[in-house]
Amino acid sequence: MDIPADLRFSTDHEWVRVEGTRVTIGITDYAQDALGDVVFVELPEQGANLSAGEGFGEVESTKSVSDLFAPVSGTVVEVNADLADTPEKLNSDPYGEGWICVVEIADASALESLMDAEAYSALTES
Amino acid sequence: MSETSPTSEPRRTALYDTHVAAGARMVPFAGWEMPIQYEGVIAEHTWCRTHAALFDVAHMAVVDLLGEDPASALERLTPAGITTLDAGRQRYLLLTNDAGGVIDDAMVANIAPGHLRLVVNAGRRDVDLPHLIAGLPELDVIERTDLGILALQGPEAAAVIERVMPGHLPGRFLDVVTVDDLTVSRSGYTGEDGVEIIAPTERLGGLADRLIADDRVAWAGLGARDTLRLEAGLCLYGNDLDESISPVEAGLVWSMPKRRREAGDFPGGARVSRELAEGPRWTRVGLRPDGRRPVRDGATLTSADGADAGIVTSGGFGPTVDAPVAMGYVPPAFAEPGTPLVAEVRGKSVAVTVAELPFVPANFAR
Repeated sequence: MDIPADLRFSTDHEWVRVEGTRVTIGITDYAQDALGDVVFVELPEQGANLSAGEGFGEVESTKSVSDLFAPVSGTVVEVNADLADTPEKLNSDPYGEGWICVVEIADASALESLMDAEAYSALTES
Repeated sequence: MSETSPTSEPRRTALYDTHVAAGARMVPFAGWEMPIQYEGVIAEHTWCRTHAALFDVAHMAVVDLLGEDPASALERLTPAGITTLDAGRQRYLLLTNDAGGVIDDAMVANIAPGHLRLVVNAGRRDVDLPHLIAGLPELDVIERTDLGILALQGPEAAAVIERVMPGHLPGRFLDVVTVDDLTVSRSGYTGEDGVEIIAPTERLGGLADRLIADDRVAWAGLGARDTLRLEAGLCLYGNDLDESISPVEAGLVWSMPKRRREAGDFPGGARVSRELAEGPRWTRVGLRPDGRRPVRDGATLTSADGADAGIVTSGGFGPTVDAPVAMGYVPPAFAEPGTPLVAEVRGKSVAVTVAELPFVPANFAR
């Protein structure tokens, strides 16, 4: 299971890549494997306000529907519109082309509550 | 895929270890622990449509009906034509209740004089067996727990059988050949050509090993089985059929020959006759959602002007169609292909269009 060392992770199996006050959000390799083939992603609207722990979208696989839970609070400044036609990128490249959205975070200190790669690795193995 | 059995410990088929070694994800299904997927549902689905996919369906129940005239006896429980089923042939049938609902859908094969063989749904086995035993007192009704089923499905399935199991390929769709302790039928649940092999449990592993060794064959799980049958417009008991839905509503009039329909001499015959004369209150149709969001079972349907228009009973993503597909029951006024409807999916409205079934044309060896 691929868990990049430079990312932070939520208990809901989402990752964030921190770049200043902006974070890119996606789902982890563990999450995409558990979901199976992703066939639809409901993206948040640009400008939407996310609250940490609250649902902000949906991922549908051939088997089921899963909510996306915001790993941090903030404002959506960019969404990966390519996922509308190629939702399978969540499976093939979850940390790259399968990114979901970019969020301007309200409070950078909230990132500290997220796990590092080592802690997330322990979570997925437990 | 919502059927569950009250038994606590799920049963395992003879091939459980084979599935785990092949990388399967095992899930509880109808009282069994079954492979939902190996490589992935879309890859397995596509392999079945283009090559040959191997399914372990040993959870389904094999029931032999033995006696002097099992065909006449079985016709008391079904509107299908059984006395007209030739030896070496197989047929789809519905077991109906007195209210005209469907107790189960099944396949029946004429194995030999005095010997019919039924294959019934795993999730209905506990209902079907007592029903058959009570309804067929002059026959021996014997569940064959010593047998299991493998399905090999896809355009290359017949060629694989001819190479790996020479002399075991039935000639055309719904033919059945019996060789020693194997019964092979040209049938399946995918819309593709293929076979279903009924074998003694202890032979399943060896047969599976020989079939999977052929480069044209790959394992497929229950996930792909569901998307394949949905694209093929085939009913899943518990979703598209239940004890309240009639054969006429389900669009399965073809499974009732004229002789049986006119006589009405089967459980629920009065309702079937009435619905054939007056039309059913609703009928099963295909549905094509706009966009890519799947519409799944349980979603309610409304017409363009907000009138109640029925319910979705099966739905998901169709890998061959490369779009979401669904089936549901709608009043006759909305059943015409092309009719626009709206499905409610977790509080969101999704536009759907009534469509012809199947979504993918059948590829049988006629």
